[in-house]
Amino acid sequence: MIEVLRAGLLTSVQDLGRKGYRMSGVCTSGALDTLALHIANRMVGNAPEAAGLELTAGPVSLHFTQTTRVALSGADFSATLDSLPVHAWWSFPVEAGQTLRLHTPKIGMRAYLAVHGGIDVTPMLGSRSTDLKAGFGGLNGRALKDGDQLPLGTTPPSRHSSDALHMPAFGIKAPGWHRFERLNPRAENKTSLHGAPGTSVRVLRGPEYDHFTAAAHEAFWSEPWLITTNSNRMGYRLAGPELKRAKNLELLSHAVLPGTLQVPGNGQPIALMHDAQTTGGYAKIGVVIQADLWRLAQARLASNLYFTECTITDARIAYADLQRYLAQIEFAIDQQYQGYAQQAKALA
Amino acid sequence: MDLPRIFPFGEGALVCESPAPATLACQKRFWAMAAAAQQWPYVTEIVPGMNNLTVLFDPLAADVDALAKMLAKAWRAAAENLKPGRLVEIPVCYGGESGPDLAEVAQHTKLSIEEIIKRHTNTEYTVFCLGFQPGFAYLGGLDPKLATPRRAEPRVAIPAGSVGIGGTQTGIYPASSPGGWQLIGRTAAKLFDPMGNPPSLLQPGDRVRFTIASQTTITI
Repeated sequence: MIEVLRAGLLTSVQDLGRKGYRMSGVCTSGALDTLALHIANRMVGNAPEAAGLELTAGPVSLHFTQTTRVALSGADFSATLDSLPVHAWWSFPVEAGQTLRLHTPKIGMRAYLAVHGGIDVTPMLGSRSTDLKAGFGGLNGRALKDGDQLPLGTTPPSRHSSDALHMPAFGIKAPGWHRFERLNPRAENKTSLHGAPGTSVRVLRGPEYDHFTAAAHEAFWSEPWLITTNSNRMGYRLAGPELKRAKNLELLSHAVLPGTLQVPGNGQPIALMHDAQTTGGYAKIGVVIQADLWRLAQARLASNLYFTECTITDARIAYADLQRYLAQIEFAIDQQYQGYAQQAKALA
Repeated sequence: MDLPRIFPFGEGALVCESPAPATLACQKRFWAMAAAAQQWPYVTEIVPGMNNLTVLFDPLAADVDALAKMLAKAWRAAAENLKPGRLVEIPVCYGGESGPDLAEVAQHTKLSIEEIIKRHTNTEYTVFCLGFQPGFAYLGGLDPKLATPRRAEPRVAIPAGSVGIGGTQTGIYPASSPGGWQLIGRTAAKLFDPMGNPPSLLQPGDRVRFTIASQTTITI
């Protein structure tokens, strides 16, 4: 069991999302940075789909009533276990009675905590993710509050279960802040997640791209877009030059997806996130590619976002690259566990 | 009916869309297509919209050109197998606390309250698609005489089960949410149940008839 001593601004139970229910109006929910949660789960011996916690801002204090193993990923929230500092992208054992404290991120926006066995809340529609808007899933369909108790799964989560609890702490290099930046030439000097002025994401032209004026196109690709503080898990509301339309057609609603950049009448784009509604009728100027959704999720409020145009082929290559990267990380973690298991056997 | 436009939406989705206005005949084709597309390999989700269908797929495994051809073929084949949807009755408690804007609708439409209720209940609506929030149905078929503009100031919270009129549309709010529609009544029917299978009471293609409920049935 984990006791929530301090819940922080927005901490919720999330997994890799709720799939297959869009046609019933049910959004994906789930970790906004799915890459981070996926890897954290692997680092504690879980299947990638296990539920963990997404933290948006600290301070958060979590008290463990049982011995387990946790991994932190995503943004570094300057965490401490009792009084010892623990880093992001580390996996470490936790004793019963210890308290994990997470403070505030210096870079990035969201941290993830995976626990051996996963957070064992009741799955709803195939997922343990919290749908904050509809109020179901996760822990009673809401963000965590002080005093909440989170049950941990007991069924063996993966082939590494028996080793996971006892293995010493280990870390991995934070995935590809640099690696993925390089895929994006514009990002070289304008952006870095290490304290630079903004984040660059690759974008495909949206279905209504041609409805906008030439000036709007120019501004869209070249101007910085401020992520306003009026943003949440549904969408990032962006501020910049007004994107005017040459054609102002009344559109019939069709599906919208996380990463969709829709432009309402005021000409200010909204980047839809995992909690966004499933259908929309606003003009869609662009779509952030799937490989960059985790980077969008880590873009900080009150920082700048830049859009780099790419092709569908680029997007597919980037997605394949991300999958390959994930496979490499998983292989490395597997090696870590196997090495430990062999060592333990040799000592026995 | 002309072949709809098929275009990519990001690297993992195709949209198949017929020009406005949304008609029932056109919508029926999309439901048939949706049922077919759900069975195709690498298709992960299908989302019927108003006069359109979005197909989500695995961007690495699926052949997008082949998928677009399959959509076009399915559109041509879809006309023949149209089955009428279920008829779902939804008891509504009209007016009073349950429908605080009924008087405003009467004022705008210049119809009596009795006449509004009669026209609202005498119609068979069709669920065109679901969206906006879990279990929310876009209904086609509102009597045009009942059309009333949305409220100038949207309400911060509308109770779950509220039945409203927004412009030329009518619908039911499955969960409490902000909203600008004119509320004419409320139902105790559960529109969305995450533990249900399927979770949504209404499905695209279902027919809906509102009936008059006794005041006591509302327990919200």
